[in-house]
Amino acid sequence: MSKTTEKVRKTLARRYRAERRFKAFGIVSIVIGLSALLLLFGDIIGKGHSAFFEHYVELSITYDPETLEIEDANDPEQLRYGNFEGVVRAAIQERFPRVEERQDRRALNALLSTSAGYELRDRLEADPSLLGQKETLWLQLDDDADMFLKGSEKQRENARLSPQQREWVLDLEAAGETRSEFNRSLFTSGDSREPEQAGILGAILGSVFTMLVTLALSFPIGIAAAIYLEEFAPKNRFTDFIEVNINNLAAVPSIIFGLLGLAIFLSWFGMPRSVPLVGGIVLTLMTLPTVIISSRAAIKAVPPSIREAAMGLGASKMQVVLHHVLPLAMPGMLTGAIIGMAQALGETAPLLMIGMVAFIVELPTGPLSAATVLPVQIFLWAGSPEQSFVALTSAAIMVLLAFLIAMNTLAVVLRKRLERRW
Amino acid sequence: MDTAEKLDKNASGRNHAEEPLIDLEEQPMQETRYPEHTVGTPFVDAPKMRFRDVNVSYGDTQAIHNISLDIGKNEVISLIGPSGCGKSTFLRCLNRMNDTIDICRVSGELFLEDQDLYDSKMDVVELRARVGMVFQKPNPFPKSIYDNVAYGPRLHGLANKKFELDEIVETSLRKAGLWEEVKDRLHAPGTGLSGGQQQRLCIARTIAVSPEVVLMDEPCSALDPIATAKIEELIDELTESYTIAIVTHSMQQAARVSNRTAYFHLGRLIEVNDTETVFTKPEHELTEAYITGRFG
Amino acid sequence: MQTGNLLLLLVVLIGLAYYLGHRRAVAMARPLGGIRHLHSLPFYYAMRSALWCAMPALVVLGCWLAFDDSIIREVVLNGMPVDLRPADEAGRSLMLSRIGNVASGALSADTVGPEVAAAAERLTSLRTTSAMALTVVVVVLAMMGGAWAWLKVSPTLRARQQVERVLQFLFMLCATLAILTTVGILFSVLFESIRFFGKIPFSEFLFGLQWSPQTALRADQVAAHGAFGAIPLFVGTLLISAIALIVAVPVGLMSAIYLAEYAHPKVRSFAKPALEVLAGVPTVVYGFFAALTVAPFIRNIGEAVGLGVSSESALAAGLVMGVMIIPFVSSLSDDVITAVPQAMRDGSLGLGATRSETIKKVIFPAALPGIMGGILLAASRAIGETMIVVMAAGLAANLTVNPLEAVTTITVQIVTLLTGDQEFDSAKTLAAFALGLMLFLTTLAMNVLALHIVRKYREQYD
Repeated sequence: MSKTTEKVRKTLARRYRAERRFKAFGIVSIVIGLSALLLLFGDIIGKGHSAFFEHYVELSITYDPETLEIEDANDPEQLRYGNFEGVVRAAIQERFPRVEERQDRRALNALLSTSAGYELRDRLEADPSLLGQKETLWLQLDDDADMFLKGSEKQRENARLSPQQREWVLDLEAAGETRSEFNRSLFTSGDSREPEQAGILGAILGSVFTMLVTLALSFPIGIAAAIYLEEFAPKNRFTDFIEVNINNLAAVPSIIFGLLGLAIFLSWFGMPRSVPLVGGIVLTLMTLPTVIISSRAAIKAVPPSIREAAMGLGASKMQVVLHHVLPLAMPGMLTGAIIGMAQALGETAPLLMIGMVAFIVELPTGPLSAATVLPVQIFLWAGSPEQSFVALTSAAIMVLLAFLIAMNTLAVVLRKRLERRW
Repeated sequence: MDTAEKLDKNASGRNHAEEPLIDLEEQPMQETRYPEHTVGTPFVDAPKMRFRDVNVSYGDTQAIHNISLDIGKNEVISLIGPSGCGKSTFLRCLNRMNDTIDICRVSGELFLEDQDLYDSKMDVVELRARVGMVFQKPNPFPKSIYDNVAYGPRLHGLANKKFELDEIVETSLRKAGLWEEVKDRLHAPGTGLSGGQQQRLCIARTIAVSPEVVLMDEPCSALDPIATAKIEELIDELTESYTIAIVTHSMQQAARVSNRTAYFHLGRLIEVNDTETVFTKPEHELTEAYITGRFG
Repeated sequence: MQTGNLLLLLVVLIGLAYYLGHRRAVAMARPLGGIRHLHSLPFYYAMRSALWCAMPALVVLGCWLAFDDSIIREVVLNGMPVDLRPADEAGRSLMLSRIGNVASGALSADTVGPEVAAAAERLTSLRTTSAMALTVVVVVLAMMGGAWAWLKVSPTLRARQQVERVLQFLFMLCATLAILTTVGILFSVLFESIRFFGKIPFSEFLFGLQWSPQTALRADQVAAHGAFGAIPLFVGTLLISAIALIVAVPVGLMSAIYLAEYAHPKVRSFAKPALEVLAGVPTVVYGFFAALTVAPFIRNIGEAVGLGVSSESALAAGLVMGVMIIPFVSSLSDDVITAVPQAMRDGSLGLGATRSETIKKVIFPAALPGIMGGILLAASRAIGETMIVVMAAGLAANLTVNPLEAVTTITVQIVTLLTGDQEFDSAKTLAAFALGLMLFLTTLAMNVLALHIVRKYREQYD
């Protein structure tokens, strides 16, 4: 046995300990990263899942013309000003006849959502013969009562209900006159001050319009720029400068693009605030580098032999590009565009700058009507003090993440399906 | 793996190399030209390294079939053959560099003196300190010349004092014939040397650990003729203290530097003989075809 | 005519030009013995006609729309009696919006003076005239362009070259948009910043220790211009970014090393995308997580061990931001680590080094420049990150490096100063642009440096 071997043997134990330690650090790091991911998703789902359901109470409603102040249910004018709230109040007071104090009655009324009145109006409008009739209906509860019913024992203690109100709600629950239903308004209405009536449809539409603008602009422009840089650009300083700019823009903080939008598009060009069109343009500028970079990679992946073959048949450079390179690179470009869109869909900061942060109840109708987008809606709700907005925010986050996951899955599938191996 | 096991069984019955060519009628046509066993003299007395029925496979493809070979003490054995014949794969088994490839499976007996290379008790770090390796492309670390050579000794704790380390570095560089060229710039980066110098640096780096065996995987393939000549000279000098196994593409090189030559063909070891015999009167037709340049 | 309808009309005209150009080319080819005797395919003649029809008209349309409103407003304002013309910028925009409201009917003409009502009328009439003129000009231009191109169609016309050249020019224009964007960013932050530094001295902004822009809300207050010393913001930004990097760099780097050097391919194919999911989560989600989960959690722990922790502590925002940039560090490190040639690993392993020795002594030093570049990019990302800090960090500009206290950052202040209703050129809003300028320059410098390092590193092994 040589001297080397002896010396090496002496160090082995120490060195293998170091090896194990190092490896353990690596595993711990990965575990930290992955558990952060799990924690984040678990927390959001834990907080948000309850918002997909809400509680209704069963009440017997009398469409009393006197209370409603409606004589003719076919007259839209009368319907609009009808006192439907009064009917709802009458119904709940009928359910708890012993409540007589004015203050107590008000507390009782507060258990029901203000949407109950709208519901009755819609029913009456649809069927005017209901006037003067009686019917039993499931009406939406106010968010505080809803939270109370959803909560565990411990959460119930912290609910924002008075002892009296708790008694009533528990009474209703015990009598089986409450039930939990899928929260339709979450997906069918715009923003609202009342958590139980607030929905994300407005924000989703805003996001859709914004994304349409972004896609319509960034995809063609990105591809054109990529084609120019890969196929036509001469090797000179100007081209280098363009490349430096693209690479830098990819790393410029997104809020800076918001400042650009505010100063140039809003102040200078006088474009309207809060509209998806401007949001889409700003996000286009932001995602363009991503689209260009991935499109260039896709073009680069097309082997030169294809170009040479077409060139050899007498095709012009532009024909080679449009007939051969572009179709072959398209899957890669599409993937890049989808990833860019996903990035834009989750972006918030630049949109705050251009005023897409307003409280907007109406559903947007096009890229020029005031709107907000899903992430901004999340931001707005996250700042609301009501407890039930926390669940709502988490639910909106789940919807946003679902969209993002769908888009990224689509990108992956697209890449797998259409990718060519050369 | 399956094929490898089968081959193992086939081979275990008969054991000697001097078997005649296999019967034509028993074997499918394409196999006919392979000898059942290596021809020539694959075995020596008191070998430094001993291999019996070595099979290597990557996933489902078998790269090496049933190789049995001895490497004698202080000899230079060269492994030649057309590209893809498995000679590099075989070489990389000798200090278990194949461990870095996940799908690589090695079976058979591989011994360094009396120790089984693939035994669970065999420590791969210790093994590689005893069986060093020089690679095809010069791969100096992006460090200074001194640090390149001192890397191994530092790892293995071969020097306790600074002057000991200096001494190891100097002797190694001298042995590699590089000392005179670099003694004034020991702290310049090793990547700044010319290709031939880089390869000699890598050799110095390897012998700084005082290995018993040095494996060289086409050490001159990336070098120009003059640098190649220097490395060949160096190999000649190193024979005195080391056992060397060298994979080479160049038959002239094999003829110049080695005592024995092993000819590989498509993962099989066809013939092992004294270098002179291999190049003057090869025993097997495949060897002859290769030597005379009919393929390769 | 409305712009939308005008565009529609233009599209029809372009289609017509295409069709006619195509027909003419084919008709010309017939006596010659087929389209092979034309210089280019009929498609190119048609495209050429369409382009001639579209481009001049579109250019004019774009310029017109971009500038007509500001010109009209200027004319309307200057048409008002001198004594009613407001002198300062704020008064002008106020007056303009009043006139605009009257013109659109949102404000009754009776509630304003006759001069304003007259101006509103003028505004309406000018707008109508402008729209009409625009329609006429655009349509005439489109028709003229189309007709000219149609007349020029001839078998020897090099239509393909011309169309391709135009197309190539358009492609180049798209590529140049990157430069325009940078220039736009620079202009938008630079101009307002210069105006800001006209009101607040540059040195006070850069070295001042007090930040309280809220006092500048009303001009009649005593401390009318507030305090605009940005040092607390810089320190706060650096503090939170530093916490984020302390989390992200070791975790990201070690994950990358483990995945690249140790992990079984199966583990790698699962863990790598899983970590990258962290990069795809919108920042507003992290902000929500930081503000509602992590911050209360840290405060509760602090209380349990008797420490006073602010509910908007820098620690909470920093930690969550660190989680966010883990994938940046790990994927950039992964790139540079896998770029180290296998020969380096072989060389070291062949000498009998263990894997960790190889990583620590050979791969890591070799990859260090690239890793530093990656960390710089991550740091720039942390400095510019907005939503997490807006939601989880405070508004109060405390000058402290205690991670348990609330600090504020540059991005938080930009958002706070610019959201909500205020006049556009108060010192307060202008300050936001000055902060934006600082942010842009800092991140720009870091990005340029980082990209340079990474590129140099790549060249080393190419």
